[in-house]
Amino acid sequence: MNPTREITLRVNGNTVRAVCETRITLLDFLRDQAGLTGTHAGCEHGVCGACTVQLDGESVRSCLLFAAQVSTGEITTVEGLAPAGSLTDLQRAFRRHHALQCGFCTPGMLMTADALLRESPNPDEAAVRAALSGNLCRCTGYQPIIEAVLDCAESRAEATLRADQRHAPTTSGGAA
Amino acid sequence: MKPAPLDILAPTSVAHALSLLVEHGDQARLIAGGQSLMPILAMRLAAPAILIDLNGIGALRGIHAQADGSVIIGALSRHRDLERSDLVAERLPLIAAAMPWVAHVQIRNRGTIGGSLAHADPAAELPALCLALGATLELHSPRGARHVAAADFFQGVFATERADDEMITAVHLPAASPGQRWAFIELARRHGDFALCGIALTADCSPIGQVLGARIVVFGVSDCAQRLPQLEAAIVGTTPTPTSIDQAMPALDQVEARSDHHASSEYRLELLATLARRALRQAFGFDERIAP
Repeated sequence: MNPTREITLRVNGNTVRAVCETRITLLDFLRDQAGLTGTHAGCEHGVCGACTVQLDGESVRSCLLFAAQVSTGEITTVEGLAPAGSLTDLQRAFRRHHALQCGFCTPGMLMTADALLRESPNPDEAAVRAALSGNLCRCTGYQPIIEAVLDCAESRAEATLRADQRHAPTTSGGAA
Repeated sequence: MKPAPLDILAPTSVAHALSLLVEHGDQARLIAGGQSLMPILAMRLAAPAILIDLNGIGALRGIHAQADGSVIIGALSRHRDLERSDLVAERLPLIAAAMPWVAHVQIRNRGTIGGSLAHADPAAELPALCLALGATLELHSPRGARHVAAADFFQGVFATERADDEMITAVHLPAASPGQRWAFIELARRHGDFALCGIALTADCSPIGQVLGARIVVFGVSDCAQRLPQLEAAIVGTTPTPTSIDQAMPALDQVEARSDHHASSEYRLELLATLARRALRQAFGFDERIAP
């Protein structure tokens, strides 16, 4: 007996429907049924973090979920971060800081860091390290990744500040 | 590293889940967050034909304040629910402090309280927290409901008092005494990995700081989280000072620790002595608490 079923998921704003074995993980569904191979299969038992995606905006390990369990949620993969051919500011920060070499861990790093910055826009270095502790990288030694995430947070804070200053009333006399 | 063929059933009520559990017997396993069960399935350490997925039972998720100051946490509440809860921060600061130490954020986003307690990993934080807080677990089966003290629930490595036809539905956490002292501390080689040794403690004190009662719990060193009665006895009745805490440490001499590929028994006992001292110093205000 090998039960199968039709599974319908919302992935990156699209509906993906496929008949597959019930035992299929979200990871394998994304890669094999949805064709979204940006989500990487590493250890397949919840240790390495390479398969991290977002479920309703929160980072989760796609190897530790069955596809059949998440039909009510919105799934975001690395392909869903930016429109095809473009990069988000976080991805550009990774490139600027050489935060990847082989790239295997990068999708998981990005999905974890993206969720972190949404929840805490101004994390300190310790918070970034703690947030990324579940994502293994064997190339970079982590430091460039930490720096990329902090740099991205800083750039966003500066952009927000500039926008606030542009819209601030000019009659108040500044520092008061 | 793929689970064996299986089917997934998704009940929407506790009664339905329990009837499925009875109907399918040892062919079935309950799955909540799945953050411990999925690796077991992937490594084929278990190959149940049926998983009863509890995630659709919305009534099991939630953190509820009670008028008497106690808190009831639904079994399907996720670790992150506790981590973010103002109610937990206010009434259960020990749990709030411990949550960031539980696994990695991706695991906490999905893993549930009931699932962690039912799994009963020797190095998991939640069993220790329940012992330190004097928690009671609520279990339901077709035979009815019962409440089991955490002290009676954990029986060994992955072994609990839960019967095959039962499921954990909630955890009851009693109100803390005024001025209750607490501390949580653990050590793992990588942040978020299973602890080699950890301490969770609460101490009830008189207005002048004398310890009236204490629950000092160690986890990660033996088959399951356990209280340290000799150390508790050495602290109760005293008004702790750094010196008196140091003098209580020989009470740890009777503890036995396991050896495995992560750490030797000797190393774990060294850690235990160090972490117990630090936890007591933090609880009584002689050291800063350590952020995860």
